[in-house]
Amino acid sequence: MRDSWRKFVNVTMLSVTGLCTLLAASILFFILGYLAWKGGSLISWDFLTKLPKPVGETGGGMANAILGSAKLLLLASLVGVPIGFLGGLYLAEFGGKTFSFMVRYATDLLNGVPSIVMGVFAYTLIVLPMKHFSTFAGGIALGVMMIPIAVRSSEEFLRTVPKSLRDASLALGASKWKTIAFVVIPAALPGIMTGIMLDLARVAGETAPLLFTAFGNQFWSPGWMQPTASLPQMIFRYAISAYDDWHQQAWAAGLVLLMLVLATNIVARWVLRKRMRLMRA
Amino acid sequence: MNVTEAREFPLLKMQIQVREEKPAAAGEATLVTERLVVRYGQRVAVQDVSLQFYRKLITAIIGPSGCGKSTLLRTLNRMNDTVANTSTGGLVQLDGEDIYAPGYDVIRLRRRVGMVFQQPNPFPKSIYDNVAFGLRINGLARSRAELQERVEKALRAAALWDEVKDRLDRNALQLSGGEQQRLCIARALAVQPEVLLMDEPASALDPVSTAKIEELMFELKKHYTIVIVTHNMQQAARVSDYTAFLLNGVLVEFDATSQLFTTPSDSRTEAYITGRFG
Repeated sequence: MRDSWRKFVNVTMLSVTGLCTLLAASILFFILGYLAWKGGSLISWDFLTKLPKPVGETGGGMANAILGSAKLLLLASLVGVPIGFLGGLYLAEFGGKTFSFMVRYATDLLNGVPSIVMGVFAYTLIVLPMKHFSTFAGGIALGVMMIPIAVRSSEEFLRTVPKSLRDASLALGASKWKTIAFVVIPAALPGIMTGIMLDLARVAGETAPLLFTAFGNQFWSPGWMQPTASLPQMIFRYAISAYDDWHQQAWAAGLVLLMLVLATNIVARWVLRKRMRLMRA
Repeated sequence: MNVTEAREFPLLKMQIQVREEKPAAAGEATLVTERLVVRYGQRVAVQDVSLQFYRKLITAIIGPSGCGKSTLLRTLNRMNDTVANTSTGGLVQLDGEDIYAPGYDVIRLRRRVGMVFQQPNPFPKSIYDNVAFGLRINGLARSRAELQERVEKALRAAALWDEVKDRLDRNALQLSGGEQQRLCIARALAVQPEVLLMDEPASALDPVSTAKIEELMFELKKHYTIVIVTHNMQQAARVSDYTAFLLNGVLVEFDATSQLFTTPSDSRTEAYITGRFG
């Protein structure tokens, strides 16, 4: 009796945990497949290079949203990467114990700030004084969102550079800053780049911070101080519209965005793994 | 060309191939320590050690693990400065200058006193860039041609040139452990130091690579003062001219290697080299 109960529990738990694992792993493929099924047929050269068409006309693409996303991400990197990298460098190389702990804690909390709050933050700080939506405001919002992960991953990868390499450099008569600039940073750079690419891929899909910063439009956005379309915002707008062909385009845009993010992820991880293998050898 | 003789070391219970008759009288000392004390926090790692390291000779520091021999070595180029809570007392002189004097230029010191570590630690850069590193950061080569020349010279001095001359642009991490260690020696030699500190340079290597490093040391000693820390007594007996025996941070005995290994004056030295402890 006892024995069969034990067996029953064992089998049940094994099945349940196994099933959940399978589910966790298969959701990605489910989403990918669903996106491909719904929007795959729409992806063409035109979709990637043409502007959206007005309601009622068929065809048209999302070139302005793709370019808009690229511009937003460029701005975001200009904000997030220097602050994140240099902050991480400080924590890894110079930060005192208490101060580092506080900064790390603060970045962890910042990482948990809901993205919609980031949007409100950028809206209050940039959009309101400028009195109009802009690529600039959207880029800043995304850039601020990048900072916590950029700081932490830079710090982590700088810390993985073994002391033996620092010693080798110091023993050759290199000063501390030369050791950092010519040995520590180059050794950690592939890892830091990977972290930043993953960080970028993450904010590439953020919608909430863009809703009232970059806002969106239906045409090419000139310069940096005008509203701009972006992939996530287009998906949002098209998906809640009343038109079937817009729904389909939203699926297609989702597929494009997901593919870009996946590709970035895969390349980043591949580069890192190759590099780490070399370091360990 | 190498004149070796098999000499009997009764205390080690073996014969060891020794190069030549060790010089009985030493020349002047390049490095001197006087009543050197090193503390890590409360713990005293090196206590009252007074030693001379003679010019263009090899001095071995032996002793059981944790006796402070690496710590002692690392005071000679002030690498202990990088370890938190370390304090140093007493005197260390390089050519008569107190290297722990306030305002002493540590960067120049480390250029004059090179170091090779226990684990080969090449930079994850090309072979060429590894050797060129010290020259570049110290601005020691005025032209590209001079840089190339000095890199080649250093690689030749480390007996590595012939093995790597066709693949200087390859990543140094692709070399074997023994090659990596000779690359580290070349890297240290490139800045033309006067003293070379070696912290168990062969302990992570196979016997063939070890033999190569030892072979190399005989060549290097023509130009450099060498201090080697080793836990391998046969190695100390083979390569060194003078040997210092350290126990619990205290210098037990310092003498010509031929003396120390055959007729030690302290019973603890005899106990250690005959393998009764450590």
